[in-house]
Amino acid sequence: MSLLDYFRSNKNNTAQLAKERLQIIVAHERGQRAGPDYLPELRNDILQVIRKYVEISPEQVTVQLEQKGSNLSVLELNVMLPEDNK
Amino acid sequence: MARIIVVTSGKGGVGKTTTSAAIGTGLAQAGKKTVIVDFDIGLRNLDLIMGCERRVVYDFVNVINEEANLNQALIKDKRIENLYILPASQTRDKDALTKEGVEKVLNDLAERFDYIVCDSPAGIEKGAMMALYFADEAIITSNPEVSSVRDSDRIIGMLSSKSRRAEQGLEPIVEHLLITRYSPKRVNTGDMLSVEDINDILAVKLLGVIPESQAVLKASNSGEPVILDSESDAGMAYQDAVDRLLGESREFRFIQEEKKGLLSRIFGG
Ligand SMILES: Nc1ncnc2c1ncn2[C@@H]1O[C@H](COP(=O)(O)OP(=O)(O)OP(=O)(O)O)[C@@H](O)[C@H]1O
Ligand SMILES: [Mg+2]
Repeated sequence: MSLLDYFRSNKNNTAQLAKERLQIIVAHERGQRAGPDYLPELRNDILQVIRKYVEISPEQVTVQLEQKGSNLSVLELNVMLPEDNK
Repeated sequence: MARIIVVTSGKGGVGKTTTSAAIGTGLAQAGKKTVIVDFDIGLRNLDLIMGCERRVVYDFVNVINEEANLNQALIKDKRIENLYILPASQTRDKDALTKEGVEKVLNDLAERFDYIVCDSPAGIEKGAMMALYFADEAIITSNPEVSSVRDSDRIIGMLSSKSRRAEQGLEPIVEHLLITRYSPKRVNTGDMLSVEDINDILAVKLLGVIPESQAVLKASNSGEPVILDSESDAGMAYQDAVDRLLGESREFRFIQEEKKGLLSRIFGG
């Protein structure tokens, strides 16, 4: 590695950033694919309802369907509210 | 039994047609009876890359609609024994490919070929679905770039849920990852995702790494699949990929930056 490369690789390593962003979004999208088709829409509806009362962004709502045994699945809903909106 | 291989990507312009032409030609050179089928309806281009654009009379959709038979539509390559092309139609009718129609043509092809290479259109719509639906193997073509890698993952999802093998609960499609337009130099400077990065994210067995290469443009200019330029980096990298596809083991080449002189090493470049 050249001297210039040395400085570049430490400061502006955008490839590393790209990898981290990809890992997050790909994991998220795989999770969605695994669930039923209506989950994203359900999540959006829930988001709209909450937004009537509190301003939150999409990543503060997660909706997951977990299969527990053969005839039971649990819908898990997680909403993170911002501090100042209590 | 013929093997049906789809060359797919999600994102457009990543090198599917270049790859279909190179790998199909390589398989034929290895003595396998091979046909390359252009699924990019409305945007026929495989013919140009293969250099047979002026010999197209009938196409894939004509065969499906029984306006021509396979013998009339198949174009025999003039350079390589055992190599045929089935061109796409230029129709704008998005529904020209039906599942039944495609299945019938693939079944007929399977009777006379060892390998059927399907050049998929971009996207995740019907055309791309048709190209991957009947596949036994998939070559997921990806550039070292965020949107291409993300789309590759979407395609991987479709291969394992929307294909014939998935729907009928058969053995899953064999997936191969082919990274194209790779530049080791830019990887070293931290500007480009590395082979390891992409592998970490997609976790698909690596079939090959094709470097960013001048030889690809030269090849398409002259209508010669780049694998025939056997002295070129991209040509050799595609040859390695074909060999791996046929079960040989080959070291990965062209993934390290070429050694430079002392001066350029000190001052970078
Ligand atoms: N290894 C490479 N080095 C340099 N250029 C390349 C390489 N591979 C592909 N290209 C160029 O990238 C462009 C797109 O390639 P190609 O047509 O094969 O992609 P595609 O995935 O089939 O596109 P589409 O989605 O439109 O069908 C072409 O101009 C081609 O010459
Ligand atoms: Mg193409």
